[in-house]
Amino acid sequence: MQDTRRRLVCNFSRVQSVFDDCLAHAQMKLSDAGVDAYVDGAQVICKMGRGEEPVLVFLEEMPLVAAQVGEEIIAEVVEFTRKLARTPNSKAIPPFLQSLAAAARHLESHQLFREYLQLVWQTMERTSPKVHGIDSMYTSECLPDFLKSAPFLLGQLSLGGLKNWVDYGIKGYPNDPERQRDYFLLQSADSRAVLQRERHGTLLTDHERQLDLYLRGLWSNEAVFLPYSLAFDQLRKPAPYLDDNGIHLPDVYDDFPPSPTCGKISGINRYRALLAHVSAHRRWTSPIMADNFSPFQRISIEVFEDSRVEWLAMQEYPGLREQWQALHPMPQEVEHEKGVSYIRHRLAMLSRALLDPGHGYTHPSILKYIAQFNALMAAGNTDTKAMIDLGIHFISESRLRSDSSAKVYFDDTEIDYRDDNRLMWRFFEDGDEEVYEARPRKAQPEEQGDEAKMPPRLYPEWDYLAKHYNPDWVSLYEHLHPGGDAAYIDQLLAKHSALAKKLKKIIDMLKPQQKVRVRYQEEGSELDLDVAIRSLIDFKSGAQPDSRINMSHKNDGRSIAVSLLLDLSASLGDVPEGCTQSKLELSQEAVSLLAWAVEQMGDPFAIGGFHSDTRHEVRYLHFKGYKEQWGDEVKARLAAMDAGFSTRMGAALRHAGHYLGHQQADKKLLLVLTDGEPADIDSQDPRHLIEDAKIAVRELDQQGIYTYCINLDPKADAYVADIFGKHYAVIDNIQRLPERLPQLFMALTK
Amino acid sequence: MSQQFEINQYRINDEPYYQEQANEVSLYEAAYAARLPVMLKGPTGCGKSRFVEHMAWRLGKPLITVACNEDMTASDLVGRYLLDANGTRWLDGPLTLAARHGAICYLDEIVEARQDTTVVIHPLTDHRRTLPLDKKGELVAAHSDFQLVISYNPGYQSLMKDLKQSTKQRFAAMEFDYPSAVLESAIVCKETGIDAGTASRLVKIGEVARNLKGHGLDEGISTRLLVYAATLINGGIAPRDACRMALVRPITDDKDIRDTLDHAIDAVFV
Repeated sequence: MQDTRRRLVCNFSRVQSVFDDCLAHAQMKLSDAGVDAYVDGAQVICKMGRGEEPVLVFLEEMPLVAAQVGEEIIAEVVEFTRKLARTPNSKAIPPFLQSLAAAARHLESHQLFREYLQLVWQTMERTSPKVHGIDSMYTSECLPDFLKSAPFLLGQLSLGGLKNWVDYGIKGYPNDPERQRDYFLLQSADSRAVLQRERHGTLLTDHERQLDLYLRGLWSNEAVFLPYSLAFDQLRKPAPYLDDNGIHLPDVYDDFPPSPTCGKISGINRYRALLAHVSAHRRWTSPIMADNFSPFQRISIEVFEDSRVEWLAMQEYPGLREQWQALHPMPQEVEHEKGVSYIRHRLAMLSRALLDPGHGYTHPSILKYIAQFNALMAAGNTDTKAMIDLGIHFISESRLRSDSSAKVYFDDTEIDYRDDNRLMWRFFEDGDEEVYEARPRKAQPEEQGDEAKMPPRLYPEWDYLAKHYNPDWVSLYEHLHPGGDAAYIDQLLAKHSALAKKLKKIIDMLKPQQKVRVRYQEEGSELDLDVAIRSLIDFKSGAQPDSRINMSHKNDGRSIAVSLLLDLSASLGDVPEGCTQSKLELSQEAVSLLAWAVEQMGDPFAIGGFHSDTRHEVRYLHFKGYKEQWGDEVKARLAAMDAGFSTRMGAALRHAGHYLGHQQADKKLLLVLTDGEPADIDSQDPRHLIEDAKIAVRELDQQGIYTYCINLDPKADAYVADIFGKHYAVIDNIQRLPERLPQLFMALTK
Repeated sequence: MSQQFEINQYRINDEPYYQEQANEVSLYEAAYAARLPVMLKGPTGCGKSRFVEHMAWRLGKPLITVACNEDMTASDLVGRYLLDANGTRWLDGPLTLAARHGAICYLDEIVEARQDTTVVIHPLTDHRRTLPLDKKGELVAAHSDFQLVISYNPGYQSLMKDLKQSTKQRFAAMEFDYPSAVLESAIVCKETGIDAGTASRLVKIGEVARNLKGHGLDEGISTRLLVYAATLINGGIAPRDACRMALVRPITDDKDIRDTLDHAIDAVFV
């Protein structure tokens, strides 16, 4: 030992003072060669001249890390630390070393641990500001923050998930180091949202319907689910509970590790076990007054009550026993230490024994009360009050002096599928006896405009570089478009009356669609064999034959729902070269004609417009709803059509698709009338919104919605095919738009 | 033309098992005594057809059953001329047979038939009790034992498939539903000889599915399916597999509902 000691030449007094202990610890965990590497490593870090802290952390953490993932890792960590010290980021060394123990614990394998080191290095490189393409001059502000969050993140995410999370943070805030820091410290909403998305386990949101069905089917009741997150409360873990608002439960459950008696319990089954327990309470528990009982008595009564409702539930669904047993901790009988309260432990044992007949405990009071409990339950007709007796007597009979010690034995006592029984108790509070007059109601705030009433709808947006969706990225606000003068549209229509007449002819030809057989016709296109034979028989048997032996086909039931989405961005106000009217006016004419034509055909038809002002405000304006008549109100809205702001197309497409998807029709057509590529002022990468729109179109396609773009931009060929595939038409001669738009529509729906 | 017809083949010799839920047997007997046409309403597989069989046996009358479908024409019920070597030959349809020979005619799932078809039963169901065969030029007066029974399932009533008021208002109606849990397990026991414990568990699963009706399920699990499941269990299939096969897979393609019902099976059968 003295030999090794001599090899750590280090003048930091604090290092010297802890070195002996650390070394002893390392010798316990590591082989001789490992200890040598450990001491050598400490020496290197000491010589780097970055103060005593890195050395201290290294000495403390490294034996655990090496024991977990193998001793070769020591040299790699030292090498990595040395590299890090040569960059401007030496500040990050202590948090880096501190994160290693957690990383080793969660990653477990050498290979994965190496990948973690790579990830740290990449994070540093990618978050360091670069000037003229030369890096390694400035400090990465968020590397230490990332390393501080890393232990927590590794507990929540797989390494792949962590990579995605980091990736998102780097790409999301390339020019905004302050917000990037917030992201890496898990303080921004985005960061939590991405964390939630990457989490492993069974998310409540994905399985709500199944759980609804479970409650309804097996327990014939309903409840609102109110998820809470286990991720951000470190001090006190919230427990599930039931109150007047609904059932509060965790937002995600990982699979429960396998127990000796049972295979692993999947997340969805953990939710079901929780709901079964809560439902059993709802069915069989009646609240009792809490005030006469001490806290110990109360928790004891709760254990009996929990067991009672579970017993009753298991009579109905015997399979619950297996699952509850698997989720219930199995406390072992332990030697009692002096000055430690074993009250929780004793009650957990009691609870286990009540649930599990094969418990094998020998505690005399527990055995006695199990017998009493079982006798009581077998006799039938129990209620919550009957449990009071058992609870009080159990706690007084098994009472130990140490029970009220401040130090409580907690191991294996947490039963996480049980709620906190808050609805079981009723408290008598001051003022319960007073009679209140009906309180005067607070004056309601004055009615505000429509704009304030509707909360935004959040839509995701596709990030083509990262190849994932940015969750809840775009806020979309819906409004009804303000109205103007309807007569203006009538004038426009009158101006195009010749065109309207031409369209009318095409409409009449188009109207019919599906073929339906019409039987019993005197004259028709085909012979109806069934009827013909019947007539022949009639004829032969001397009866009057039916002469209606032909059938024909008629067309019927055109079932197309159409949504027209107008791009109302600022460029619409331009007057194109060689035109006398602005694109806006031409669009108004075209849309009016189209709306008139579709009305003639009788298809459900909606008109919406959109423009955007950054991702935080995409406005979707309704001109006409599917069921609305093509009347003055709609015309007035069209007349007031105005241009402004930018074109964030993806969210608008998704929103229009959302409404169109709810229409009952065989064919669904979404027409997009636009005059430029998708762009917005908060998006620097010109491809970004184009790619997002492309994905949005693909999503719509999956919903069975046919998207078609009518583009007024002569240079549209560069991008429009990327977004819409072959479903587009570029209208070069904008002045002919009023004529072309209805024609295009009819060609599409022929 | 009308050759000797053996009506006795339609008689029911062995008692079909039927567990009475309320007083439906005596109600039916009273209706039969007055020869009132009867309409049976209720969800699929709750025992409507079995009830009619049982009553026919009890009253000692032949029973002619017609399963209605949407391609059925009036002549499928009433009868038609057939071509043969010598010319044509009249063949009575099931309704005419029943009216001539005094049988109970049971039109199952009448709403499936086209509305113009259902109108031919009208003259048989009021005071006239006659069936005009216009093709043949004959007016068949119903036998004094003849009675008409129809059934339909209001569950899948749609705008297109409903009985006309003029048809509805010719019948005395009886409403059927799935029996109570105790009765239903007794029925499953009796039908299959399975033990009471298993039967009541099967009924429990049936209840779970009936709770889900309207939330993705159009119909709950019928008593008939419960009997199938019990039959499979009797045949040596493990209860969980038998339930999945007989109770869950037939009624739904919805994954969430399937999972929930599968879980219910696991919770009930240990």
